[in-house]
Amino acid sequence: MLQGPGIAWYLGVAAFLFGTGAMGVLVRRNPLIVLLSLELMLNGGNLALIAFARHAGNGAGQIFALAVMAVAASEVCVGLGLVVAIHRRRLALDVDELSELHG
Amino acid sequence: MILATAGNVVVWIVWVGAAFACLASAAAVITFSNPFFSALALIGNLASLAVLYLLLSAQFVAAAQVLVYAGAVVVMFLFVTAYVGPRMETPWARKPTWQSVAASLAAGSIFLEIIVAIGLKAGGELKHSEHVNGPYGTPGWIGRLFLTDHLLAFEITSIVLLVAAVGGVILGAHTKRSAGEEGPV
Repeated sequence: MLQGPGIAWYLGVAAFLFGTGAMGVLVRRNPLIVLLSLELMLNGGNLALIAFARHAGNGAGQIFALAVMAVAASEVCVGLGLVVAIHRRRLALDVDELSELHG
Repeated sequence: MILATAGNVVVWIVWVGAAFACLASAAAVITFSNPFFSALALIGNLASLAVLYLLLSAQFVAAAQVLVYAGAVVVMFLFVTAYVGPRMETPWARKPTWQSVAASLAAGSIFLEIIVAIGLKAGGELKHSEHVNGPYGTPGWIGRLFLTDHLLAFEITSIVLLVAAVGGVILGAHTKRSAGEEGPV
């Protein structure tokens, strides 16, 4: 028996997190904050996965959430490496100006 | 029965606190103009999410969340923010461009879409969750699942992490400067 709010409430919070993260990714221009917003989106997905895992009473959702965490850590690793590389080349840290692939 | 009701009320109170902290810190992450404060707000978001995970009896995931995110990811963010220096950006102060309006509309419609989808489904089958027993969500249970049913996912995750580490090293390494690159100040 799940005490307190039902799964739908958790899914609402997850939806809000995902929407907020999507808005941050679309509106903000600093790549650091875009990466932080991506983390928000991944966390929204994670919360939904864990809520559904609890709902179904099996562990696959939790395993998936842990895999998502590993992917998020990898993404931050590569993303921050890119930010450092951009900074070292003295380019503007602005995703609107960094629209070309050649340095 | 009274004890069960009291427990229910306590869970509701904790849930409301954690959920509001989660939503407020998520909004703070995308509104602060200084990325340093955004990263700090993300810590609050991760901590409140860990509380929600505990309420969903996912103890190991909650612990891993705090360790991996607050312990590693956010610290890395803070280091890189300190390295590249403060870069203020005031996206909400200037007049809204068509780009930001369209972005807000898109994000709002994603949110509404998910809410409507949940609302249509929630009346029926989301009401009654399965009963789970003792070991659900504990580290031992997760470890047994990882090494039996989900062994392939476990191994592939390690490869993903290895590739990311190699990529991070290659991107961040001090290579010999190419002709067009300027030296340090």
